[in-house]
Amino acid sequence: MRSLIDILELSVEEIDELIATANGIMADPHKYSEKCSGKKLATLFFEPSTRTRLSFEAAMYELGGHVIGFSSANNSSASKGESVADTAKTVSCYADIIAMRHPKEGAPLVAAMNASVPVINAGDGGHNHPTQTLADLITIFKEKGRFNDLTIGFCGDLKFGRTVHSLIQALSRYNNIKFILISPEELRLPDYIIRDTLEKKELKYIETTSLETAMPELDVLYMTRVQRERFFSEEEYLRLKDSYILDTDKLSNAKKDLCIMHPLPRVNEISVSVDDDPRACYFKQVLYGKYMRMALIMKLLGV
Amino acid sequence: MTIDAIKNGIVIDHIKAGRAMEIYEALGLADLDCSVAIIKNVVSKKSARKDIIKIDADIPVNLAVLGYIDPDITINIIKDGRVAEKKHIELPKKIYGILRCKNPRCITTVEQELPQIFKLTDPEKRTYRCIYCESKVK
Repeated sequence: MRSLIDILELSVEEIDELIATANGIMADPHKYSEKCSGKKLATLFFEPSTRTRLSFEAAMYELGGHVIGFSSANNSSASKGESVADTAKTVSCYADIIAMRHPKEGAPLVAAMNASVPVINAGDGGHNHPTQTLADLITIFKEKGRFNDLTIGFCGDLKFGRTVHSLIQALSRYNNIKFILISPEELRLPDYIIRDTLEKKELKYIETTSLETAMPELDVLYMTRVQRERFFSEEEYLRLKDSYILDTDKLSNAKKDLCIMHPLPRVNEISVSVDDDPRACYFKQVLYGKYMRMALIMKLLGV
Repeated sequence: MTIDAIKNGIVIDHIKAGRAMEIYEALGLADLDCSVAIIKNVVSKKSARKDIIKIDADIPVNLAVLGYIDPDITINIIKDGRVAEKKHIELPKKIYGILRCKNPRCITTVEQELPQIFKLTDPEKRTYRCIYCESKVK
């Protein structure tokens, strides 16, 4: 029985396999429509989420399976003080696989250590969000056709942006990737990722505060939202939230085949006017994410 | 200065000077009924100064704790007044129940009965991280 807590638990080959399966589903969805017949996915969401929860639920339904679960801690036994371990043991009696989101870092690992069915980390605070990384990886692959020889810009909140951390770690295993890290000083990528991932693997990276300067070089631009829920102080959030806003003007000197990504939801960091630009890939990213979750559920259930 | 030789017990040797009390606390030696000698600032052949702890009883010693505090320590098991065994310590791969994660976002801060486990992520820099949230021990 295997779980997925951290994207690095999947080898590069396994990620290739998942992408191949997701492509297969996209090509012939009907072939996969009964793969999880009779199986149940429990979505245990202790923190609100629209995209990830619905994506998991849609993925399971499209595989012919069923879904049970809750969408906030208030609707669960956590509000009565039940531990994550007990919840995991209990839900293992009802479901064949669990997708868990929790505001505290490490909660899905605790669930995986106690559950008797596979657990998928659907986001634990500012820590890991491996299925978002799978969505990001397939988007890059579908849009650029490769993982090697790319210049990838990350823009916005690189400090608390868990999707950024996981994607950088996943991409660090490919060849000749250059990272351009665009953020205000206060929201820089944490030192441990710079030291333990980028510098340890001798990867090329630049830290800058200017999106305009970085733009012409980029093959992929990964925008992020400054997340209110990651700040202890409202004042600090308000000061930083509008640091970077991508609009059509800023795209004027970008490459013609730039791939613009965003884990969503966006607030105002990408102007709506960019949505019609063919380089905007963030809604495709949502769709690809569902297919990657389908591929992952199949893999972990061994169907 | 002379300290009586022990007949059956343990000598924790080559402790970096000044760290004996930390080890005394971490191993819970204050709770023992037997004699325990802490010898500080001894001139050593290996390093300029060292501390030594002598325990006059053959008690189980948590090597993981010692390895985390100072992996250069050696342990001599004394039997019938002679060194019966010499143990060299390594950095433990995992540490259980000694450190506490201080990251306020970690699940262990709200579920305090969870076992506190830290893993060695960089042996060169002796870096340990919480297995749950991966925060570094400071």
